[in-house]
Amino acid sequence: MSGPSSYVPKLGIAKWLDARLPLPRLMYDSFIAYPVPRNLNYFWTFGGILMLMLVSQILTGVILAMHYTPHATLAFTSVEGIMRDVEYGWLMRYMHANGASMFFIAVYIHIFRGLYYGSYKAPREVLWILGVIIFLLMMATAFMGYVLPWGQMSFWGATVITNLFSAFPIVGETIVTFLWGGYSVDNPTLTRFFSLHFLLPFMIFGVVILHVWALHVTGQNNPTGVEVKAVAKDTIPFTPYATIKDAFALVLFFAFFAYFLFFIPNYLGHADNYIPANPAVTPAHIVPEWYFLPFYAILRAVPDKLGGVLLMFAAIAVLVVLPWLDTSKVKSMSYRPLARQCFWAFAVTCVMLGWLGSRPAEGIYVTLSQLFTALYFAYFLIALPLLGLFETPKKLPGSIAESVLGKMKGGSGAVVGAAASAEPNTKG
Amino acid sequence: MAEAKSSPASEPTRRDMLFLATGAMGAAGVVALAVPFVRTLAPNAQTIAAGAPIEVDLTPIPEGQGIKLFWRGKLIFVRSRTKAEIEEAQKVNLASLPDPQADSARVKPGKENWLVIYGSCTHLGCIPGGSAAGEVRGDYNGWFCPCHGSHYDTSGRIRKGPAPTNLPVPPYAFLSDTKIRIG
Ligand code: HEM
Ligand code: FES
Repeated sequence: MSGPSSYVPKLGIAKWLDARLPLPRLMYDSFIAYPVPRNLNYFWTFGGILMLMLVSQILTGVILAMHYTPHATLAFTSVEGIMRDVEYGWLMRYMHANGASMFFIAVYIHIFRGLYYGSYKAPREVLWILGVIIFLLMMATAFMGYVLPWGQMSFWGATVITNLFSAFPIVGETIVTFLWGGYSVDNPTLTRFFSLHFLLPFMIFGVVILHVWALHVTGQNNPTGVEVKAVAKDTIPFTPYATIKDAFALVLFFAFFAYFLFFIPNYLGHADNYIPANPAVTPAHIVPEWYFLPFYAILRAVPDKLGGVLLMFAAIAVLVVLPWLDTSKVKSMSYRPLARQCFWAFAVTCVMLGWLGSRPAEGIYVTLSQLFTALYFAYFLIALPLLGLFETPKKLPGSIAESVLGKMKGGSGAVVGAAASAEPNTKG
Repeated sequence: MAEAKSSPASEPTRRDMLFLATGAMGAAGVVALAVPFVRTLAPNAQTIAAGAPIEVDLTPIPEGQGIKLFWRGKLIFVRSRTKAEIEEAQKVNLASLPDPQADSARVKPGKENWLVIYGSCTHLGCIPGGSAAGEVRGDYNGWFCPCHGSHYDTSGRIRKGPAPTNLPVPPYAFLSDTKIRIG
């Protein structure tokens, strides 16, 4: 997207550095001169929000790790110590625990943005897949983090999730023993989860860099799904336009975060996790954290153990192949009348699955889980592949500029379907 | 690779030889090194040693109730079954079971009133209730797992729900009429 670099170092030291390690140039080209489509809406601010949430988790996490003791007999007490004895320890822990939820709220909005505007389609397949990898790493990180306070939900959540792997024939039991480092979830499990929980966020950081790199090669998608045709007309520089918009959205998001943090810090958690882990008693109603609920519902919808586990993993794997399942060349759902309705039905399906995941697995809830699981997969495997063949899209604007400024000023009069012809890009 | 240009007769060069030998050595080295890394994740000597056999005195368990104890970090149920419970377990039509197993194969001969089984649900490892009086015992009067609704009968066999197999019987032996050794 970005053409040749327009960076001109002014200071002597900047010139000196530019000839040796052009880091300021990279920053300038990526965050100041970088051209962004002029029609981006607020759904495009969540990438920046996610970046800051990751930083927030790492900062609070490093502090927590200074006061936390990864041992089955001490973990719970040490977390209570953070809450009561460490100055502002309560703030660090609540920021970290609620931060994880905020992180997932942001990532779900970010993902649905991509689904609605077709951001997964060519030429952004790799960008999209890197996103799915980040999502997987986030789930692994959050799952292992939730085990660390070693409360009842920590312990039984860990037991149920690690036991998922026992569903695999032959090797299942061995995998689970190696995950546990014993014959049940116990101290060895806690210590290895702590080590991995510390490591994974930095791996996420690495994949985020690749994600942004891929983004800067293809350029951003936009609400019309029409690719940038003329940089001068269709884009505006990142700074100040995108910078201020991102910053404004970020402040609003953090105000929302702060409301949870200061007024209802335990709303998204479970009271049972304030009871120390007891391997002899399972809480009557165990549920995962809210952000795992849709997948949990899919797991329980299948009466067969292995089948349930496979379908749950498939629910995420299907996202990886999505770029090749959607046969339509038109990216944005705004121009796809039928697909757009399917999209909203899909969004409702996900919310319903989330709700069902929080219900006990009996009676009508099981039937409904099965129905919505079928609808979840139908969106990817039936609706998107077929609609591209039958649906007549609405007429696309000729260019991004035309969609914003009207035909007179931006008009290039391109035809429907031209969306796929991306401008050839040179460097990141 | 370079050989196309440097040796038109496509005869292997010394560099090809070095490449293959180094590559093979490197691959073998990586595999050999991966083994110890993965092995560190296995149960350590202390965890395995904690699996030494334990003895359990049965006298304090009243008829119709059970106790829970840990062996090798795993929960074990010991239940003193009533006459009715034993009969119920014995007269079941085996063909109707998800995991067919006769009650006689799950207890020691002559000691049918004692049932000793692992207490982790074979679905995803929660602890089914039903050992102590007053806990929900499910549709088959044995144990009920609250996590995803698995019902076990008075022999610890799965009857209904997502769990695939019966609660397994750990290795144990009667030392006397009122004492068993597990392990
Ligand atoms: C992707 C970023 C991260 C996510 C999503 C995440 C998520 C979580 C979650 C959900 C918990 C449980 C909170 C609770 O209920 O108490 C937790 C705990 C913890 N995390 Fe993280 N975390 C992240 C990064 C980190 C990092 C980078 C560190 C260390 C450098 C860290 C250290 C800890 C510690 C020590 C605890 C236990 C204390 C506690 O429970 O509050 N985390 N994490
Ligand atoms: S763990 Fe017992 S039913 Fe799922």
